[in-house]
Amino acid sequence: MPNPALTINGQPMGFAMAPETPLLWALRDGANLTGTKYGCGVGDCGACMVLIDGAAQPSCQITLAEAEGRVVTTIEGLGAEGPGGSHPMQRAMLAEQAVQCGFCTPGIIIAAAGLLARDADPTDAEIGAALTNLCRCGTYPRLIRAVRRAGTEMRRTAAPVESMIR
Amino acid sequence: MRAFTYQRVATPAEAVAALAAHPGARLIAGGTNLLDHMKLQIATPPHLIDINRIGLDQIETIPGGGMRIGALVRNTDLAAHPQIRRDYAVLSRAIVAGASGQLRNMATTGGNLLQRTRCPYFYDTNLPCNKRDPGSGCSAQGGYNRDHAVLGVSSACICAFPSDMSVALRVLDAVVEVMGPDETSRAIAIADFHRVPGETLPVQEFALAPGEMITAVTLPPAPGGWHVYRKVRNRASYAFALVSVAAIIEGTGGAEKGGRIALGGIGTKPWRSSAGDAAIPHGAQAVADALFAGASPTDQNRYKLLLATRTIAAVLAAAKG
Amino acid sequence: MKFETAAGDNPIDRGKVVGRATPRIDGPLKVAGHATYAAEWHDQSNLAHGYIVASAIAKGRVNSLRLEEAKWAPGVITIITAQNAGTLGQAGPNAAKLLGGPEVQHYHQALALVVADSYEAARAAAALIKPDYTRADGSYTLAAVTGASKSDGILGQPGDTALGDFAGGFAGAPVQIDATYTTPDLAHAMMEPYATIASWDGDRLTLHTSHQVVDWARRDLAKTLGMPKDHIRIVTPYIGGGFGGKLWVRADAVLAALGAKAIGRPVKVVMPRPLMFNNSVHRPATIQRMRLGAGHDGALIAIGHEGWSGNLPGGDSEGAVQFSRGLYAAPNRMTRNRLSQLDLPEGNAMRAPGEAVGSIAVEVAMDEMAEKLGMDPVAFRIRNDTQVDPEHKEKKFSQRQLVECLQTGARKFGWDRRNARPASRREGDWLIGMGVAAAMRGSPVLRSGARVRLVAGGRVIVETDMTDIGTGSYTIIGQTAAEMLGVPLNWVTVRLGDSNFPVSSGSGGQFGANSATSGVYAACVKLREAVAARLGIDPAKIKFAGTKITGSGKNVTLASAAEAGELTGEDTIDFGGIRQQRHQATFGAHFVEVGVDIHTAEIRLRRMLAVCSAGRILNPTTARSQVIGAMTMGAGSVLCEELVVDPRFGYFVNHDLAQYEVPVHADIPHQEVIFLKDPDPESSPMKAHGIGELGICGVGGAVANAVYNATGARLRAFPMTVDKLLEHMPVPG
Repeated sequence: MPNPALTINGQPMGFAMAPETPLLWALRDGANLTGTKYGCGVGDCGACMVLIDGAAQPSCQITLAEAEGRVVTTIEGLGAEGPGGSHPMQRAMLAEQAVQCGFCTPGIIIAAAGLLARDADPTDAEIGAALTNLCRCGTYPRLIRAVRRAGTEMRRTAAPVESMIR
Repeated sequence: MRAFTYQRVATPAEAVAALAAHPGARLIAGGTNLLDHMKLQIATPPHLIDINRIGLDQIETIPGGGMRIGALVRNTDLAAHPQIRRDYAVLSRAIVAGASGQLRNMATTGGNLLQRTRCPYFYDTNLPCNKRDPGSGCSAQGGYNRDHAVLGVSSACICAFPSDMSVALRVLDAVVEVMGPDETSRAIAIADFHRVPGETLPVQEFALAPGEMITAVTLPPAPGGWHVYRKVRNRASYAFALVSVAAIIEGTGGAEKGGRIALGGIGTKPWRSSAGDAAIPHGAQAVADALFAGASPTDQNRYKLLLATRTIAAVLAAAKG
Repeated sequence: MKFETAAGDNPIDRGKVVGRATPRIDGPLKVAGHATYAAEWHDQSNLAHGYIVASAIAKGRVNSLRLEEAKWAPGVITIITAQNAGTLGQAGPNAAKLLGGPEVQHYHQALALVVADSYEAARAAAALIKPDYTRADGSYTLAAVTGASKSDGILGQPGDTALGDFAGGFAGAPVQIDATYTTPDLAHAMMEPYATIASWDGDRLTLHTSHQVVDWARRDLAKTLGMPKDHIRIVTPYIGGGFGGKLWVRADAVLAALGAKAIGRPVKVVMPRPLMFNNSVHRPATIQRMRLGAGHDGALIAIGHEGWSGNLPGGDSEGAVQFSRGLYAAPNRMTRNRLSQLDLPEGNAMRAPGEAVGSIAVEVAMDEMAEKLGMDPVAFRIRNDTQVDPEHKEKKFSQRQLVECLQTGARKFGWDRRNARPASRREGDWLIGMGVAAAMRGSPVLRSGARVRLVAGGRVIVETDMTDIGTGSYTIIGQTAAEMLGVPLNWVTVRLGDSNFPVSSGSGGQFGANSATSGVYAACVKLREAVAARLGIDPAKIKFAGTKITGSGKNVTLASAAEAGELTGEDTIDFGGIRQQRHQATFGAHFVEVGVDIHTAEIRLRRMLAVCSAGRILNPTTARSQVIGAMTMGAGSVLCEELVVDPRFGYFVNHDLAQYEVPVHADIPHQEVIFLKDPDPESSPMKAHGIGELGICGVGGAVANAVYNATGARLRAFPMTVDKLLEHMPVPG
């Protein structure tokens, strides 16, 4: 099965890489999308999170072959349609200054974006449980605020009827 | 990762046919466990069969009572299913207590049943481990075994079974449906699905025969009662259980209420016994005494007996409300 | 510039930019995923990938690496080993060789690098290498070798200190505490693993790597590779966390350089996470004996602190006892720092080396003593404060606000609501307790240089080889230059982490912020002089404000000063005089509230507060990040983090991020930080101190003391995991 093809950040993309290559390496070494980070390679840390068909998943745990035909969004493509080409969670991370070394940051933004897409009004406990991404710099309290802030923005921009049903 | 060939199949029948055609092949679905093992060369299958697009992803009501959960239903979807949350809350709670939201987006019902151990010696190919390399020995015995099992252990292996979901399925008396090479199906009671290690090798972890694939898990009619899943861990989330208790307590407020109780984190498989269930009206110590009959703790993991007793007590006290 | 006397008024005092809560200027790049970390310089064509082959034994010899199969595996270009790498030197900070063989010094020591066309090809080939070893016996249990220990100095200070008569003072003290505490081996576990892309141009080597101190990387690589330092360029503008683990050159850098040289192509080496724990460095475990003697009035009469730790031959001790040397007054004192030989992986600096774990023992012992005296723990600490270095009474502290920190914190935290009787507050299934601890961390400085350029339009470019490991260096350096030159922050471009720039202090030991901004200050002073000279303004009268320059009757734009061409100021700050005459340190107080599940002994943090005194706070936003991060790491070190030693095989068993449990989101509750913010003119022209490590000192003790207050269980072996705490818990009623 040569050149598995998938959609990455809205663009169809083929890879001249072995199909067993983890999506993480395809993104980083093949597509030069290095915002997706290697932190552990086995799904423990969350630094390699991407959206696959809208759900946040660690890209180290899916091969190129399995990803064929899927729609993948990386940090570089997140919120491309938003103001300034950014997602509310990216803006919220800056507003709350929930960034330190920045290495876990893209994965956390993706995980939060995946959470907020399902539920733009999570409780602090839900945020804490959903974001198991490791951050060794210790930005956790600010992250909670950032997710809440992004959720507020997303609720405001969502159709009012939808938010009332929720 | 050792090179392997890859095949995507479209139906369950194709999947079992592919398994039959490729000795040593493995099925891959969520990949949250197998792919990691392949990267570390704990598992080196020559052929992978991708079953992500064969269907089996529905949760259905069984006429006359009960639910049927397709093997490829993702953990996230199973835990969030309204009827599961209402009638089988212990299952929903157990799933949510495990791993992370993102892993649960990938992990499947069938794959979760087949989780391999988190024993650190299993994960390091430089070290002896009978489960990974039959006959090499069990490094956990005499080594680091604070997190290991006290029940169902043997001289070959003492590792704890890590799945939270399976503990809930055990307390729910679920049944695992499997399909064999000739497309015939059979049903395996959850109690028999996970196996304790014997003294002989290799260590058999699951009751799956070669060439068999899990197709579904069925739940008997809703059991009623008060459902709880209590997981004890050092870290507040994202850690495997030191001890977990899945329980369904019947009636509330009375002293002689009955119910069922299964334990995770303490056995080489989800642990439940009729004696344990029967002891519920007599309190936590009685339940623990029944469940831990024949326990074989090490100096490092002896605490799990007390911890389980205390956790059961907490669950029973909460049920009393 | 030489800093020798207390700083007078200077432009930093205006506080228009410095001292203001300012968002980090590297933030937008990081949230967009565009910051280039070490392994992300893909502009180089023909990049090959290296995978490290690590020892499967802890001590012994490699009889044969058995490379044959791997050599012919698909995609493999070459395999680097000690046999074909040529003679390698060993840099001073490295106790073990970065490329081992045939002798093996520790588990997962690198023995080879497989270089291949792709990462997966290199990894697959590396797995084919099954070396033949002869194991040797090693020593892996600290408690078993404390008898064979030697005194070991701590960063230039003596290993042992004494004042008065400790033995007599302790023996005669009416109230005594004699307790032994143990802390485990701890991992930095920074999120970015070690990573390097190496490329050669003739005999010139460029490394894109992840390193805290650029000049040390050059120095140590030059020594290791046997080449001139000035032939090496280090580029490390973004670093995914360090915490001390990236102070020294590691195997990724050396092996990438060797691999790239061998194949004439750039080579990338990322250390696989499972190797991070045994291949690299960690904070060594300690055993600490604390003896405190006090009078009934609460005055300490004697303080004795002995610490034991182990390391490979040539490695350093974990100098826990230094925490006792400067904190509390007592006439009779003794510290002893002991080092034993172990064959575990190399121990080295991790965030507040010595002091972080020393503070746990000291501050728990203080809690034990306060209880025995029947005194409030805050009052007991205040009672034993000192304004002079307790070991060198002629030496004053440049600034010491420990008492203010304790008092402020007690007030803000609601300390008066604490019940001194343990296990007396219960809410549902939770036993609630509060704990306090003092924090102290030395505030060293190092020589640090920078170049500041005034370019067209009055824009400013700062260049220094200083690093930003998540600390906020970009931002505080930009703020410093903006303040000095009277421009808004967005007029300043900051370029860091490149050995083409002036040598700075680098990041580490809580010295980075104060040293590096002082270096930028010095360079700005030079630039201001150059501007004055060009514009013909008296340098003593020139003022830079609002992008304008005034003085000697002139009022012109800053841009006009650059019209005749770029102006540059470059300088290096050196420290002496008053810095040596004063004890320079930062102080704080930690307050922690925990809940402990009465059934299961699970400990959950509920509230944390730190009050910190560290001179002028250059940027409260980034400083606060540093403190809450350190509080989190310190809490982890007493609650869940522990590298478990298997003494049969001589290695850390739990070498991945699933089994080495760092705190996760759900572990960390409400955290608050209060800064006292008073400038310290004797610290530097910035009147600041570092803050990155203060937050981890003491916090573990505060957590432990809160757990005691909640449960009545006094654990002295850390971390306080359920398996240890459970049997000491009160029986649920």
